[in-house]
Amino acid sequence: MTALLEVSGVSVSFDGFKAINDLSFEIGPAELRAVIGPNGAGKTTFMDIVTGKTRPDVGKVLWGETSVDLLKLSEAEIARIGIGRKFQRPTVFEDQTVFENLMLALKKSRLPFKVLFFRASADDGARVEALAREIGLADSLEKLAGILSHGQKQWLEIGMLLAQEPRLLLVDEPAAGMTPQEREHTTDLLKEAAKTRAVVVVEHDMEFVRRLECKVTVLHEGRVLAEGSLDHVTSDREVIDVYLGR
Amino acid sequence: MRLLIGLLALVAGLVALPERGAAQTTAQGILQQYGDDVAKGSRKGSEPAIAALRDSGLPAAAVVLEKWLERDLWRRNADGLFVYVAPAGDEMKLIDIDTGAEVGAAPKGDLTQLRPSGGVRPMIAAALVAFRLIDPDPEKRRAALDAIARDAEKDHLPALRAAMAKEKDPALAAMMDRLARILAIRFGDSDAERIAAIESFAGDTALDARAALNPLVATTRGAAASLPDAANLKRELELGDDLTEDEAWALLVEAGIAPPRISGADKRAALGAHIVDGRAGGVPVPELSDPAARDRAYAALAAAGAAPPTVTDAEARAILEANVYFERWQEPSAAVAEAADDALGAIETRVTLLQAFDLLLDALSLGSIYFLAAIGLAITFGVMRVINMAHGEFIMMGAYTGYVVQLFISDYTVSILVALPLAFAVTFLAGVALERLVIRWLYKRPLETLLATFGISIALQQIFKNIFGTQARPLTAPGWLDGAWVLNDIVGISWIRIAIFVMAAVFLVAFLFVMKRTRLGLEVRAVTQNPSMAASMGIDPDRINMLTFGLGSGIAGVAGVAIGLYAKVTSELGQDYIVQSFMTVVVGGVGSIWGAVAGAGLVGLLQKIIEYFNPSNTLAAQTYMILFVILFIQFRPKGIVALKGRAAGD
Amino acid sequence: MSRKPFILRNPSVLVFLLALAAFTAAVTLMSEAFGAGLISTSFVKTLGKTLCLCLIAVAMDLVWGYCGILSLGHFAFFGLGGYMIGMWLMYARTEEIVLAASAAEAIPPTAQELSDAIAVQIFGVVGGSELPPVWSFAHSLPLQLLLVLLLPGLFALVFGWLAFRSRVTGVYLSILTQAGTLALSLWLFQNDSGLRGNNGLSGLQNIPGLDDVPQAVVSVWLLWASALALGGFYLLAAWTVSGKFGSVIRGIRDDEARVRFLGYSVEGYKLFVFTLTAMIAAIAGALYYPQAGIVNPAEVAPIASIYLAVWVAIGGRGKLWGAVIGAAAVSLLSSWFTGGQAPSIPLGFYTVVWVDWWQVLLGLGFVAITLFAPNGVAGLIERIFVREAK
Repeated sequence: MTALLEVSGVSVSFDGFKAINDLSFEIGPAELRAVIGPNGAGKTTFMDIVTGKTRPDVGKVLWGETSVDLLKLSEAEIARIGIGRKFQRPTVFEDQTVFENLMLALKKSRLPFKVLFFRASADDGARVEALAREIGLADSLEKLAGILSHGQKQWLEIGMLLAQEPRLLLVDEPAAGMTPQEREHTTDLLKEAAKTRAVVVVEHDMEFVRRLECKVTVLHEGRVLAEGSLDHVTSDREVIDVYLGR
Repeated sequence: MRLLIGLLALVAGLVALPERGAAQTTAQGILQQYGDDVAKGSRKGSEPAIAALRDSGLPAAAVVLEKWLERDLWRRNADGLFVYVAPAGDEMKLIDIDTGAEVGAAPKGDLTQLRPSGGVRPMIAAALVAFRLIDPDPEKRRAALDAIARDAEKDHLPALRAAMAKEKDPALAAMMDRLARILAIRFGDSDAERIAAIESFAGDTALDARAALNPLVATTRGAAASLPDAANLKRELELGDDLTEDEAWALLVEAGIAPPRISGADKRAALGAHIVDGRAGGVPVPELSDPAARDRAYAALAAAGAAPPTVTDAEARAILEANVYFERWQEPSAAVAEAADDALGAIETRVTLLQAFDLLLDALSLGSIYFLAAIGLAITFGVMRVINMAHGEFIMMGAYTGYVVQLFISDYTVSILVALPLAFAVTFLAGVALERLVIRWLYKRPLETLLATFGISIALQQIFKNIFGTQARPLTAPGWLDGAWVLNDIVGISWIRIAIFVMAAVFLVAFLFVMKRTRLGLEVRAVTQNPSMAASMGIDPDRINMLTFGLGSGIAGVAGVAIGLYAKVTSELGQDYIVQSFMTVVVGGVGSIWGAVAGAGLVGLLQKIIEYFNPSNTLAAQTYMILFVILFIQFRPKGIVALKGRAAGD
Repeated sequence: MSRKPFILRNPSVLVFLLALAAFTAAVTLMSEAFGAGLISTSFVKTLGKTLCLCLIAVAMDLVWGYCGILSLGHFAFFGLGGYMIGMWLMYARTEEIVLAASAAEAIPPTAQELSDAIAVQIFGVVGGSELPPVWSFAHSLPLQLLLVLLLPGLFALVFGWLAFRSRVTGVYLSILTQAGTLALSLWLFQNDSGLRGNNGLSGLQNIPGLDDVPQAVVSVWLLWASALALGGFYLLAAWTVSGKFGSVIRGIRDDEARVRFLGYSVEGYKLFVFTLTAMIAAIAGALYYPQAGIVNPAEVAPIASIYLAVWVAIGGRGKLWGAVIGAAAVSLLSSWFTGGQAPSIPLGFYTVVWVDWWQVLLGLGFVAITLFAPNGVAGLIERIFVREAK
């Protein structure tokens, strides 16, 4: 199996503090992976590096079959190549309708002139409606995103990610602040998505991770501490030390 | 009795007559020695008498020379006695020139006034200088030196040297020595003497030395068939490298070698004067808008003798190449000129260094003004992410506070001491009011804060204009801040600017103290770095914001008093500083006092450097300055001192 | 999806265009040249100028209200547009005068003499006698018209590229645009800028070739041109923001990073909007200054651009018609108050003379609008209508 994303030997430091320390990570084309770790383990920085927001001091980040060097691309280019990111707090365009939000994310040419002359075809409309159904917002298409509930915003954001049709989804704490029912729905969405693409979920909540039923990577102090099934890593001595404190 | 004295004096004079050249003990004696020559007033005749008076050492001699110069010296026709006169009824009282005693009276007709000619007067004046140079009063000697320095004569040189030998005061002796050397550059008897004097000034940056040297290196250009054999030739000029063809042609015309070229306007006029049947020079007039046709027509006119001939380009080329061009010193002696050139070269290097130092001082003082103007802005922007467009108006309010205080307290020192804290208080309150009433409602909308404070800014400007009128109000500095601290002719800095620098330094120290050593500073830093975390630690961000904004505004008020001391206080005062303040903040980096220091220093230095290269044009200097800042942002988007980590607010 | 024509999907655009047409027709019918003479020629010019200000307000709304870039420099592009058209107006006009003068001379002038004479006429006031290189195209109307678009466009492109590339945003960007504007105006203030220093370009109301047409007629023609430009660009702006492009730039305004992670190159969009609006501003300026008659560096000063932002904020950001209302209302009110026509208010102890107090009123009024009606007049109007609809 060739990896879709291959991060190797990456380090980055802020003012002498090593946020990521010789980190290596791989994920295949259709895989669900949970990344856990205590605060300050470097989970968000790891995502920043993959999406181009932060440049590492050393290391390689390679993508896809042709091994494209992601470090040479801008954030927008990385997004266009097929990496979608969901932020910790929901970020949707509150001033625009659900329809507009989804249409904005729909996989289409991103060039200004193409966008300027873009007019949604019937197919595009149907695709947006299908997505809206998937995330349970079919009835809210013409509502402003700003008036949605917190959970609905999270779903809308996931819907926007799906609309981008990325090959890799990076999801930062999707369950934060959700009701149990909403969590369940979110789990289903992510599992469904992982059938056709790679999904990386960063999460604190062990219960949520357990429900994802996937391979788990434990980060600590900027490097991989353990990797394997949830049961495997939770029985790891080091992991227990880190989580429970010595 | 009087008659007797007069007679005695006369006798003394008569007795003196035959002994021409012998030492005389009275001024009368000296004058009588050259009696008729003096009376004739000829230059040649008067010279020995003046010299004799000068060298006599007699106390009366200076008075005699002065009176002579002022046409107060008379001579009795009957016996040739020299006297001063004073009007007394119809007659004139006669006064002895040595004793000052009255020696009789005579009708005006019996007396002849001595009128020194234009040639004699400078000689007398020079001799008088010699007297003043040995005057017992050092102040008078100093004044005499100044007079010589202002208007030097060849004759001053020996007098100066003579006085120098006798001078006891070392400072005055040094001044005399210096002046003598300066005079020697111009009036030295031999080239060797002059060169020695010139070389003594190598590396001396004082203005007087440079003023004495500069005329020596002046050159003129010339043209000739071959290089002249003149002693003061400086160098040959290469056509094209050292001078343009037009310049060379002008030299040729000046030397009478080539005729002046005929200008387009002349050709046009000549053609216009020779229109026959709608043709000029055989070319139909409407076609003459074509330059080639015009040349053809003029050539035809010239061939017919109706206009002066032109020189064709080929001919001009040949003439230009057939002659040589050169530069020669105006100073007749090339050796002297070259020595002066070398000395000036050495001086130039030093002057450049000193100018750089002076520039640095200027930049420092400008930087401290920008620092004072910008620090408040940097604080408010750093802590609250708020751009206060009315900051300039707070500066203006501070300046007006200073003005109003001076209306009530006439002692300038006291009034400044009162104005500084008062300006701080006034603008502090204004700042707090602005924060409470406007800004705190807009914390989530920084762009709107910018615009709202702009609204405040235009309102404040107009209100102050309505109160104080449009003309500038004075804010007078105390007398002890007048003048400048002058190190030498190049390096100098006014006391006001030094005071502002000191004030900026005091504020820097005070501010650092508040920030690093007090509870308030700790809380302010906490809010700067992470407002929500600070709030959860029990710090009331509202209170901190209010105090910070007040503090920033208060400092602006103090800066206003400082700026008002040397700039005119108008309602637009703030506008002149606001953009520079913004640039200081942007270049320095927000939220850091050292950033403000670095930014102010850099902006001040840069402005001064640009002004140095383009001194006539401060507008262009500011333009380049801003362009630099825009480019600077490209390389350091967060300024020189960038806050790091999450506080940088990505 | 609805496939209705654009206009029908956006009735406000249609209403605006109809109102503009009605306004233009009404002014024409009341003008001295074509109708009842109820409106003086100078007031026709004021109205024409106001239309141009509305046009630049539309541009400002596009770049600020929709794209979130608070540019404090768009009036500089307006001024540059004025300068570009002014160069041709002044050159062609002076050429006419010089040609008329040289008709009396015996020998016809050469091209060089002609241009020298023109240069002396134009630059005598700043002590120049040669046409600076920037005037190379001033003889040609089409070239100079091209420059109206290209020069401000190029300025905006270079400045925007530098600024957006280094991710300068928010108030930082505003300050930077203000500094850039100040640099431009200071540069224009110099006598050797090649644009007559603080004298600016004058006599622009005399359109070359139209000597026989009275100003009353020219003013109406220029009003029509201004109305046409405003209508056209309003339509263009409304169309631009109505589709997905509008969605993207509003997204950039609200959350730039999010748009970037959706795969849009934010810098490209900002640069596009910044440059496009700079060109619209330049066109507005090119129409404004022939009506104003004179353009000088003071027009380019940063304060003008800030006022522009004030108009748009008062009118209502993010609503094109709001920007138009703001610009028209504030600029007309401002000339009414500062023109001394507004009645003074005697308070007994003090008389409020509006010439002196208008700025105060404007400043404080603006603060009040920012605080209490962040969506401006348009927001207020909409609230009223929405309430009535309920």
